[in-house]
Amino acid sequence: MSTANDSPAVEVLGAAMTFNRGRANEVVALDPIELTVNAGELVALIGPSGCGKSTLLRLIANLIEPTAGNVRVNGKPASQARLDGDYGMAFQQAGLFEWRTVSRNIELPLELKGWDRTRRRERAREMLDLVQLAEFADHRPWELSGGMQQRVAIARALSFAPKLLLMDEPFGALDEMTREHMQGELGQIRAKTASSIVFVTHSIPEAVFLANRVVVMSARPGRIAAIIDITLGERDELTREDPKFFTHVTQVREALRGLPASHGAGVDDR
Amino acid sequence: MSPRAPDVGNLSDTRARDNRMRDAARRTLMFVAALALAAAAWEIYKTVGPDNGGDLLGMHVLPKAENRAMPHIWEMLSRFRHAEVRGSHRTIFDSVASGAWYSFRIALAGLALGTAIGFGLAVFMARFRIVERGLLPWLVVSQTVPLIALAPLVESWGGRLRIGAFTWQPWMSAAIIAAFLAFFPMAVGALRGLSSPPAASVELMASYAAPWRSSLWKLRIPAAVPFLLPAFRLAANAAVVGTVVAEISTGLRGGIGRLVLEYMREATGDPAKVYTAVLGASVMGLAMAALVASTEKLVMRNRRAGAVA
Repeated sequence: MSTANDSPAVEVLGAAMTFNRGRANEVVALDPIELTVNAGELVALIGPSGCGKSTLLRLIANLIEPTAGNVRVNGKPASQARLDGDYGMAFQQAGLFEWRTVSRNIELPLELKGWDRTRRRERAREMLDLVQLAEFADHRPWELSGGMQQRVAIARALSFAPKLLLMDEPFGALDEMTREHMQGELGQIRAKTASSIVFVTHSIPEAVFLANRVVVMSARPGRIAAIIDITLGERDELTREDPKFFTHVTQVREALRGLPASHGAGVDDR
Repeated sequence: MSPRAPDVGNLSDTRARDNRMRDAARRTLMFVAALALAAAAWEIYKTVGPDNGGDLLGMHVLPKAENRAMPHIWEMLSRFRHAEVRGSHRTIFDSVASGAWYSFRIALAGLALGTAIGFGLAVFMARFRIVERGLLPWLVVSQTVPLIALAPLVESWGGRLRIGAFTWQPWMSAAIIAAFLAFFPMAVGALRGLSSPPAASVELMASYAAPWRSSLWKLRIPAAVPFLLPAFRLAANAAVVGTVVAEISTGLRGGIGRLVLEYMREATGDPAKVYTAVLGASVMGLAMAALVASTEKLVMRNRRAGAVA
């Protein structure tokens, strides 16, 4: 048995998910999945609507229990990892609490983990510096633009320094410009925090730009169709114009197209 | 990579405050105008209306305009200065004011109790779906019980209650009946509010392995606030109505409801007198509304404008 330090961030061991099992409206959301996310790696999950990528993310987060197989996070059962606060999570909607200031939104997980006030304040300030929103600490969430709100949500997810970050289309609701900007920022944040990330997305360029590996999924039932290694090295804005970038985009697109035609729906080329 | 300016946050705040003040001024003006209009309508009808009432489309619907049936506004107002009983120093104003104050406190006690019970039930229902399904229909049924039937029940049950040095006071029966009306809007509103957080927020709390109690305090209750306020407003109205009805049906002395009843008996001799008690009851209702409105303002001061559900 390996120690927590050198075990993979995520191991999905034949985990499957069937909703409403045994009832008339039974849905097989995921066939048994095998997937390992190594420590420090960013893995993007991409696929058409209904391919179970969000379900897979929720299995890793232990928000739902698999109907077969199991999931390990940082070398322990996913349920234990959840209790230990081993991962932070960000959703498509920033989901900030409007009755709290920006700073106190970031403090929320720290409150739940019983940190004292001084330490919470201090950490919230650090996190706001990290996402470059220091001067908005005492603002209310609705006073911030969508991109800024999403940065606060990421700061909140990172506030207790989890080793793993689970992101469910975190930039999906943003406009194209803000989206590219946020992708760049995520890269920098990652360089500073050295966390592993599982990132669900609809966007092929986003997946290629961010990921070390892109997991292409197919629908009904959800399963892994292909895993593509991305060999772009350090990313910056020029990466988007790199011929290798386009090669990888094409690779992912073809992997998605290799699926029966109807399955291509719902993935865009942004 | 400079952070973008917030969508004119501070500027719109000042503007919103100005708007709010202008709104408040306009509402006050409208209120005064409405009062004046009602008084004018009353007096105009007295001048042009038939003294012995009248028929409209063959039905006897028009009220009598004579002084005994419709006293002049100034007659009513002047009554406040009169002695309640001939030769006494106590004026009608004293009686109405103390009656309204007495009833106001009963209504407040009923509102507090009703709010606590309604909120408690809502938390219980939000926690256990099965409780919601079993309990909610009964709550709805409870509101169809006629208060007149409930009053003597509460009275006799309370009268027999002895816990140590505690003995039942008659006003408590009225407060219980007020609470019986007030708890319902609170329970329904709070239940809606407590179940209002989006799935992502609930999942977020689950991802922190937050126990249910924490998600109640840090997510569900704050999210419920915009739903609680209208519920509280309805509950306050219900408490006032419940108090007055309870006073009349249990025969409780000292409150404004009882005063209306007593002065009504004197209506043949002094028709203007009963209106003093009616005015007292309205002022009490307005005081309750003002109290609720200021609570609302206090609770919503850090919320987005117009967020009340």
